[in-house]
Amino acid sequence: MKTIRFTGLILFLFSLGLFLGSFFMSSFILTEETFSLVVKPEHKEVLKPAITEMYGKDYALSIPFVNDINAVVKEVNAQARAEQKWDQVIYDDYAGSLARTSASGFVPENKLLVFFLVYIVGALGALMFILPQAKLQGPAGIKNNHIFHHALNNRGWMGMLTGALLVGFYILLYFFPAYITNWIIAVDPLQKLINPSASSSQWFLYGFLYTFAVLVMGVRMIIKYRHSKYQIFRTCSVMFFQLAFAFLIPEILVRLNQPYFDFKNMWPLDYDFFDAWHINTLTQSGGLGIFMFVWGISLFAVGVPVFVYLFGKRWYCSWVCGCGGLAETAGDPFRQLSDKSTEAWQIERFIIHGVLVFGIIMTGMVIYNFFGGDFYVSFSKWTVMGIVILLGAGLYLYHRKKFPAMTGKKVRNTAISITGFFALAVIFSEVSVFAKYMPVDGNNFSFSSGNIRTVYGFMIGSIFSGVVGTGFYPLMGNRVWCRFGCPLAAYLGLVQRFKSKFRITTNGGQCISCGNCSTYCEMGIDVRAYAQKGQNIVRSSCVGCGVCSSVCPRGVLNLENREEDGRFNQPILLGNDSISVSK
Amino acid sequence: MQRIVIIGNGVAGITAARHIRKLSDDQITVISGETDHFFSRTALMYIYMGHMKYENTKPYEDWFWTKNRIDLKRGWVKSVDFTKKEIELEGAESMAYDKLILATGSQSNKFGWPGQDLNGVQGLYAYQDLELMEENTKDVKQAVILGGGLIGVEMAEMLHSRHIPVTYLIREEHFWGNMLPEEEATLIDGHLAKNGIDLRQETELEEILDDGNGRVKGIKTKSGEVIDCQFVGLTVGVHPNIDLVKDSKVDTDRGILVDENLQTSVPDVYAIGDCVQLRNPPSHRRPIEAVWYVGRMMGETVAHTVTGNETKYQPGVWFNSAKFFDIEYQNYGTVLPVNPEGHSSFYWECADKEKCIKIIYNEETLEVRGVNLFGIRNRHEIWNKWLVEKRPLDYVIANLPEANFDPEFFTHWESEIQMLFNGEFPDNQVSVRKKGFLEKLFA
Repeated sequence: MKTIRFTGLILFLFSLGLFLGSFFMSSFILTEETFSLVVKPEHKEVLKPAITEMYGKDYALSIPFVNDINAVVKEVNAQARAEQKWDQVIYDDYAGSLARTSASGFVPENKLLVFFLVYIVGALGALMFILPQAKLQGPAGIKNNHIFHHALNNRGWMGMLTGALLVGFYILLYFFPAYITNWIIAVDPLQKLINPSASSSQWFLYGFLYTFAVLVMGVRMIIKYRHSKYQIFRTCSVMFFQLAFAFLIPEILVRLNQPYFDFKNMWPLDYDFFDAWHINTLTQSGGLGIFMFVWGISLFAVGVPVFVYLFGKRWYCSWVCGCGGLAETAGDPFRQLSDKSTEAWQIERFIIHGVLVFGIIMTGMVIYNFFGGDFYVSFSKWTVMGIVILLGAGLYLYHRKKFPAMTGKKVRNTAISITGFFALAVIFSEVSVFAKYMPVDGNNFSFSSGNIRTVYGFMIGSIFSGVVGTGFYPLMGNRVWCRFGCPLAAYLGLVQRFKSKFRITTNGGQCISCGNCSTYCEMGIDVRAYAQKGQNIVRSSCVGCGVCSSVCPRGVLNLENREEDGRFNQPILLGNDSISVSK
Repeated sequence: MQRIVIIGNGVAGITAARHIRKLSDDQITVISGETDHFFSRTALMYIYMGHMKYENTKPYEDWFWTKNRIDLKRGWVKSVDFTKKEIELEGAESMAYDKLILATGSQSNKFGWPGQDLNGVQGLYAYQDLELMEENTKDVKQAVILGGGLIGVEMAEMLHSRHIPVTYLIREEHFWGNMLPEEEATLIDGHLAKNGIDLRQETELEEILDDGNGRVKGIKTKSGEVIDCQFVGLTVGVHPNIDLVKDSKVDTDRGILVDENLQTSVPDVYAIGDCVQLRNPPSHRRPIEAVWYVGRMMGETVAHTVTGNETKYQPGVWFNSAKFFDIEYQNYGTVLPVNPEGHSSFYWECADKEKCIKIIYNEETLEVRGVNLFGIRNRHEIWNKWLVEKRPLDYVIANLPEANFDPEFFTHWESEIQMLFNGEFPDNQVSVRKKGFLEKLFA
């Protein structure tokens, strides 16, 4: 058994190594044919003079190749802008498409082999590592042994390394997709299998890796919690929804010439649902498109209140959602790292509801824009910086005044990081790569429907949900995004808190305050604080993963949908007839 | 405003402090030599096993104490002058009190075995014991645990998590034989064996062997068998820690003697938790009950008395819980190893030998007295009600699904239990729970 695990680990590391190594495994030579094949006729003339210098030049790595092309495009665009020929500005990602067609060497020539070695062998290795645990760990039950002794699970070097790899991957994926051309090429055989007429994009790569992680780590989750049918069913559910709804169905729809649509995603998590292009695509795609449009609206307008009332927000967050799916499978080894302090809870409420408000305003402006309205204000950069700093300082002082007994360190750090983040944004707004994501116009921040949407997409959609939300799993736990950032979670949570049958019931006076429930709560809820008082747990953030109930050694906690009466129960601590304990 | 001093920051002392703060503006000081802050003693094993860090076992954040004006004093109390109402701490510091609450907890039992003080021989009660155990179990090839009780099985699980083979000696015929009826004890015996614990029933310790350097090298049983080991866990129960007051004017017996108001023989001095021995325990309770819940309840109660609202300690229906490796245990009401006169038991065991339920009832009236549940969770509230209302066995069996507290989608065993009951009690037939649609689908 141990040999199988060890071999599995070696195979997996080999595949991971090959995946990372394949970044370097092709060379890029631009030829005149490729150029004329890829570049649109209207751009050929302007690009040609500068780009001819690249013909035949052999690049061993994607990065300089991509940079050279981007430099040419940038120069051409600068020229066009200087001459105020706005229609001549190029927005196409020629770096990506040219890199894709100019690649030669090991990866493009052995796509299938690379795919097999990385993903099939990788999955095999991972499963060989995971499956023997069913025998090795002894009888089914909670086996959290040595989690806090391990370098991966307790912010040790393995955790840091994993975090760094994830953050790096997300930055490349979102902002430098042309650099990872080799990785995109390697999943092309699968793309062709699902839809022969398409070729893989960065988003196909991402969707595939995501699904891969959910499925492989889902198996691990099922093995780990095999004594609990709740956990088994729930894990199967997120695996199914990721594979079918998030990955396969949208691809198949495209193959059938229908709009790409994820039937389980919804606004406000799906923040581009109301973008003009999206509304137009759906409404112009016949009956199915209209159905998708109506479905998407009903899901958040009717589905959320009804299902949250009946089952709590878990029906979505830990049974259906893709972000939740990844958190519950690949993220499970990190659930104990979420911060349980009251301070963290306060920060969480400020930020997540802030994002919800931001999302609603953004959507409102986008819709206003769709119906022909426009909105424009402009502030100097420094005014914006000043406001942000004042807000940060105000938040900190408010906190200090209201909660003097707490250290205030986390609030201060959060205030500093948010302010710092905006400061960086101002600095980065000068850098070409980020300029397109920032609402910067010379020395002014200009807010219009269009660029508010861009800012939201950049800061919330990319940085928060991806880079921080997943990249920080090994540092801040597996629900960073769901807990601090997801506007849909905030919305579901408000319904759950005020109108729902769901609660975690505390079993009389049986709690021994051991702390397993709080430790393993991925949402950072201090479950014990309620349980030891005999109170039910009704918190807007609870995603109903049920792990608190699983790890409780005394059978104190149970997720239930029951009548609303008595949901917020008077604390009951049974067993003591001397007094009634009411608080 | 009076000055209340509490000695001991375990669950009893801390619960008292919290409730005093809710009820009054009195000055509160909690003294402990063990740790700076309150932590969950029951969670010590999880720190060793790596499920949690020490930080995770603290039920309240560190700012809680400042916010609630509960002064925490780290130090060991040397003596108490009950006439001058003054406490002397080690390091020549002293502290005056108006009311004193003793919550000094327990100490591990030792029964005078030769070699019991050797290096590598220890019990597990205090935080310091955990640190010692961390030290003592480095490079250990074989461990022996003595004493079939809750701490013993915790220690076995701790060592098991570090892949240290455990030989587990118990004096009784079965694990925890002085508390559990034979059927349940046998079930746990089987589960321990399944986890690779070498359980030796009816085996008593003769002596612990010295390796010549003051460290344990093995043990010898009464039958003469020698078992090599480098670690011995002495978990033969605990006794009230009365060291501080045993030679004072505070009356003690096995524990610190208290009346119904939890007051000791000295006015303004109270005792709560493990260290207590009730002078007149209620008929359904024992005089010394060293469990978490009792500490908590005494803390809640004494807070009322010391803040001027004299309140009798009236524990209700007994309840308890534990976990033996992967099997959870819950108990409501009284279940003794041997049924008392005129009482019988109804017992169901699952085919997997990992779950069982035992209900004790009066043979004549069928009135239910208590229940043991293994591997099945039941609602405290419901059982408490049934026991207070003295419900008969057939009523309880018929309504068993109402008490079920297992997570959603777990297999329901009630119908199996009800069918067994109907077979054993042909005159008291109950209707059998029907399976739901989803249950049938996923059965």
